[in-house]
Amino acid sequence: MAALEHSHDEQAFLAYVQGGGQVETTDWLPDEYRAKLIKFIEMHGNSELMGVLPEREWILRAPTLQRKLALTAKVQDEVGHAQLIYRVVEDLGKPREQCLADLVSGKAKFHNVFHYPTKTWGDVGVIAWLVDAAAIISQKALLKCSYAPYARIMKKICWEESFHILHGRDVILALVTGTREQFELVQEALVRWWPPLMQFHGNPIPKGDDPMFQWRIKSQGNEEARQQFLEGYVPQILELGLEIPDPKLRRNDEGVWEYGEPDWDELRQVVTGHGPKTEERLAFRRRFLEQERWVREVLAA
Amino acid sequence: MIFEVFRQDRKGQAFEHAGSVVAPDTEFAEAWAREQYGRRGESAALWLVPREAIHAVGDWADEFDLKYRRVDGYSIKARLKEARERASSGAG
Amino acid sequence: MNELLLGLADDELVLGWRDSEWTGIAPLLEEDVAFSSIAQNEIGHARAVYELLADDADALAFDRSPERYLCAPLVQLRLLDWAHAIARRWLYELADEIRIAALMESGDERVAGLAAKINREEAYHRMHAEMWRERLGATPRFRAAVDELWPYALGVLPASRRGALAARAGRDVVDAVERGSSDEAFRELHDEMTMVRRSAPAGAQW
Repeated sequence: MAALEHSHDEQAFLAYVQGGGQVETTDWLPDEYRAKLIKFIEMHGNSELMGVLPEREWILRAPTLQRKLALTAKVQDEVGHAQLIYRVVEDLGKPREQCLADLVSGKAKFHNVFHYPTKTWGDVGVIAWLVDAAAIISQKALLKCSYAPYARIMKKICWEESFHILHGRDVILALVTGTREQFELVQEALVRWWPPLMQFHGNPIPKGDDPMFQWRIKSQGNEEARQQFLEGYVPQILELGLEIPDPKLRRNDEGVWEYGEPDWDELRQVVTGHGPKTEERLAFRRRFLEQERWVREVLAA
Repeated sequence: MIFEVFRQDRKGQAFEHAGSVVAPDTEFAEAWAREQYGRRGESAALWLVPREAIHAVGDWADEFDLKYRRVDGYSIKARLKEARERASSGAG
Repeated sequence: MNELLLGLADDELVLGWRDSEWTGIAPLLEEDVAFSSIAQNEIGHARAVYELLADDADALAFDRSPERYLCAPLVQLRLLDWAHAIARRWLYELADEIRIAALMESGDERVAGLAAKINREEAYHRMHAEMWRERLGATPRFRAAVDELWPYALGVLPASRRGALAARAGRDVVDAVERGSSDEAFRELHDEMTMVRRSAPAGAQW
């Protein structure tokens, strides 16, 4: 009954989703909602796909059979997530081929962290543990997305991400309890990844000004997510004897984490396609997309 | 073709919709769905159904008071209390 | 027997390593996920066989010098185009099925048992390879890839079993590219495979 009530009435739709209501593909969606939804979900799909590339190199270099299997499985999950996510976008009206074309041409965006290089096995641990942790915080908030098909796939995604964090933490623990050099691998990687991690959740837009929150596509503000990340993970990092490269980082008396201002210019630059590895990774993806086009054509015939 | 995937968590449970797979035919759909929905052994079984085979039903006419068909249409508390009181005073 | 088993393990290890190169770049996302599982299974098989042969599977898998690996040249090739990758999978499964069937008859219970387990998992690999072969079989690219890889495929099996393979593939026996011809591509692979491991002293934990 509720579906009929808000049909073709944007105000009623807004009230409906702000009251916790969810919609399906077949429901009427305001144009702005549909457009913002597609862009948001598409960026998520792009991020899962581009996230594969920094880790992929290390699959080929994993130092034990167990690590090789675990890392391959983790990256496989990410490709699987991309598949789930692009299917949702496709059902909203944008074909996967178009999403991929926009990705490799630089038109569409993906998250900042996947524009940076991975330099050592230490990065492998830090990414699986902390980058995935930052991502899972956002993803858990998406479980309540007003668009139900997306909320539903988030369940599977969150479940699989929990394995990644365990794997990441295991890699880190092996290194920090290993040789002095292995400990340094983690410390050095942490120093490089901390700034992108702090930028990951985006600059602190007030919820009232964030259309994503207004439409209940996101149910959590950017700063809320960042605080959750710091609250959960700073103690875990420090207890291993690692140092976080931010002298201003502290938890104040109100339980709020204070930190050195992240470089929002850097975030903007990177996300608009000027990260250190952006061009190289897009070119790599473009190459294989082109090279294997004939396979997709044979299957479609 | 789009194939909707229904998965069964454990034997005896209902099949639940889990997502969809795009594939050229049932053979590919099966190979791919097995991996996407079962590589961790998380599914006891899968149903793959071409999307066109699904006939969706979603609107209902609910014009008249049909509460008698539902659990919330019955309020037995007051009458039950009265009946119990009668039975216990009668037994005295 | 140990050489046969080590050859099997090395084949599965290196092929699994090569197949894992497709993670993230396969022609379709759905296939990317499926193909990655195959690669993981292969590594799993290698590990199981190494564990039969030695206490430390990782040491056996990583710490030999390249010339001491017994893998077939077929699996050593870096094949980053789909026609070749699928042609290799298909040919390898044909050859491997013959090899595994023989191992299932082994007098050694542990070997026979492990071969039977591997065989059950390989059933999906064979279905997958056959499914792709049906779709790509008529394309010139695929046919050219099979032609090119055929002598390598024969090298997976001992000479006595090559006739059986040829019959299954519908082709003639030709001169095989034999085991023991470890090449530059494999040395590069081994280098990359061991680069992190070699950065810490032997026995370091990871």
